[in-house]
Amino acid sequence: MSAPIIEIRDVWKEYRLGLIGHGSIRRDFQSWFARLRGREDPNSPIFDDADRDPVRGDRFLALREISLDVHPGEMLGIIGRNGAGKSTLLKILTRITSPTRGEVRLRGRVVSLLEVGTGFHPDLTGRENVFLNGTILGMSKAEIRRKFDEIVEFAGIPKFIDTPVKRYSSGMYVRLAFAVAAHLEPEILIVDEVLAVGDYDFQKKCMDKMSEVTTRSGRTVLLVSHNLGAIRRLCTRTALLSHGQLLEVGDTPKVLNRYLTHVQKKEFEFAQPTNGDKPMHLRRVRVLGRDGLPSMEAEYRDGFSFEIEYEVNEETKSAMVWAAVRTSDETEVFFSADYDTSPELLGPRKPGYYRTVLKVPGKLLNHGTYYLVIGISNLAPEVAYDRVEMPGLTVNDTKNDLSNEAAKRIGLVTPRLGWDIRYISPPAGDLR
Amino acid sequence: MQETIQLDLPPAEWTHVIRPKRGWFEFSFKELWGYRDLVSMFIRRDFVAVYKQTVLGPLWYLINPLASSLVFTVVFGKIARIPTDGVPPFLFYLSGITCWNYLATCVSGTASSFLTNSSLFGKVYFPRLISPVSTVISNLTAFSIQFLFLLLFVGVYAAQGMTVQPTWTMLLIPALILQIGLLGLGIGIMVSAATVKYRDFHFLVGFGIQLWMYASPIIYPASEVPARFRGLYSLNPIAPIIEAFRHCMIGTALPAAGSLMVSWLVTLSILFFGVLLFNRAEKNFMDVV
Repeated sequence: MSAPIIEIRDVWKEYRLGLIGHGSIRRDFQSWFARLRGREDPNSPIFDDADRDPVRGDRFLALREISLDVHPGEMLGIIGRNGAGKSTLLKILTRITSPTRGEVRLRGRVVSLLEVGTGFHPDLTGRENVFLNGTILGMSKAEIRRKFDEIVEFAGIPKFIDTPVKRYSSGMYVRLAFAVAAHLEPEILIVDEVLAVGDYDFQKKCMDKMSEVTTRSGRTVLLVSHNLGAIRRLCTRTALLSHGQLLEVGDTPKVLNRYLTHVQKKEFEFAQPTNGDKPMHLRRVRVLGRDGLPSMEAEYRDGFSFEIEYEVNEETKSAMVWAAVRTSDETEVFFSADYDTSPELLGPRKPGYYRTVLKVPGKLLNHGTYYLVIGISNLAPEVAYDRVEMPGLTVNDTKNDLSNEAAKRIGLVTPRLGWDIRYISPPAGDLR
Repeated sequence: MQETIQLDLPPAEWTHVIRPKRGWFEFSFKELWGYRDLVSMFIRRDFVAVYKQTVLGPLWYLINPLASSLVFTVVFGKIARIPTDGVPPFLFYLSGITCWNYLATCVSGTASSFLTNSSLFGKVYFPRLISPVSTVISNLTAFSIQFLFLLLFVGVYAAQGMTVQPTWTMLLIPALILQIGLLGLGIGIMVSAATVKYRDFHFLVGFGIQLWMYASPIIYPASEVPARFRGLYSLNPIAPIIEAFRHCMIGTALPAAGSLMVSWLVTLSILFFGVLLFNRAEKNFMDVV
């Protein structure tokens, strides 16, 4: 194997907690005055016992002793639950922030795609934004000019290239933004979660483009994603982060398995702040047990519910909120959308905050570990607005009373179907 | 026919080594120069965004100095009767304001570098200094328009035989503008560095600029400053620049010979400390969540 293209050596990162620009002179003055009089500082942090970990006083260790080699031409996946340190690691690799300790050595240019359309300006035309976005991502103007036609063709919007992007549909916007990034030719490309947006065909096109980038031209790609399907398809090797530490690096199926069975088990709530960029987006998703409490352990006979809270920012038509259950090897057990029982939802949805609950009845999902995918998409045009994966739902049968009957059934689902039984005649001979 | 698979081998040497940032002055002109395409794109973005958003577009740039000069002419010229070194008051004010506006927009534009770019800074790396630098260059557009406007009035007044004497020294104006840009950049990035810790400073900017204007020879000639304040006055780096600018445009008295030197010295020190603080703030900005 050739020499590594990225060497990460004992990298630590410590953040200070607190909001940027929210300090005020008055408070600092208060603290100073209190110290002067020998009083307790009224603004000292509440938790400052030194052994609180990973929060130490007002400091937070986002990464600790990360060491990792990435080889040229490799596509490495990085997974871990929210707050595991994935984004911090990427920010260090892309020089957005610097490590507190340790060192990273890179060979070649790094381009990061932490967000689709970084720096896009709504008033500029598609053409202008291609140049703006490209230069922000580190390309020279000459390079962009050379690639321009290819980018426009990949995005599939040649007719609208001279229209301001504020008139674009969100699908077109994402296409254009990804097209720019996909045509950058750095030695190292770092991609974070961008595949979670855009329509399905385009997502596939992007993935194909990315694997082409690695296999054909030997470039190195780091892919951070909650989309385990994408990781499985694209990456041969995957790194698993947990609480700022590198838990495991190795063959993707093995690492994914560990992730699904161990690390993710406890995460039963997903929440994100409001975001006005998309017409609709998820705010909170929880999995609830029969007692209505969040849990990723469902009782076989009781079933469980998805509680999905979402926000509609602008009136949206033909949208659906959906949930799917998959096994750890990507087999879809079932898919359900909110318009199934209320077709009027395909009409316009008024802006606002919504909560919807999908109840999955008991005795349907067989014993085992599943992962759940929840999303919001539009059917016409086909655009995915938001999507979250919650791995690690376990269905158990701890309360079986009559018999351990469920364990004997095979199949992913064990529905109790309606059997029509009629008594026709006494035994022997009458129908003869 | 077999397709050739092109394998680009990565460079043999490490191209980047990322280490903890400790130094106070980690700054490289070479790196900044490497991002010149980005500077030009930012300038283009600022330019296009302004013209596409407003109905009046560039006209706004003319309404501001025109209205201010008229008000000053009435209030300070006609009512308060502050002398203007023997040149027509309107021209005196217009030339001062044209110069001052460039400084003021540079300071206020760069002072919010971190606040307005926080989402961009969190997503992609480029030397952060790129954004204030491009703001300062972008502001030249408005300045050029206002400058041409001023030139037009100078021409009109000269044609009417008023006491206006534009001189060949006009050719030195670019040097003055460069200095204003550097001064505005220096002060602006200092303030932006301070806003990372204390947002209070953001609110001080507008107010501070206004006070500073009264401490500068915009509505009065420097010759009116009492002798005992002269020493202090010479520390105001913008004062000799404005005097020199007026001299070039309408032939008022030259500033004292040494004062421009002092002004350059102050400007460069401000810029140096500005870059220092900005670098420091850049590091803090990314580490505080």
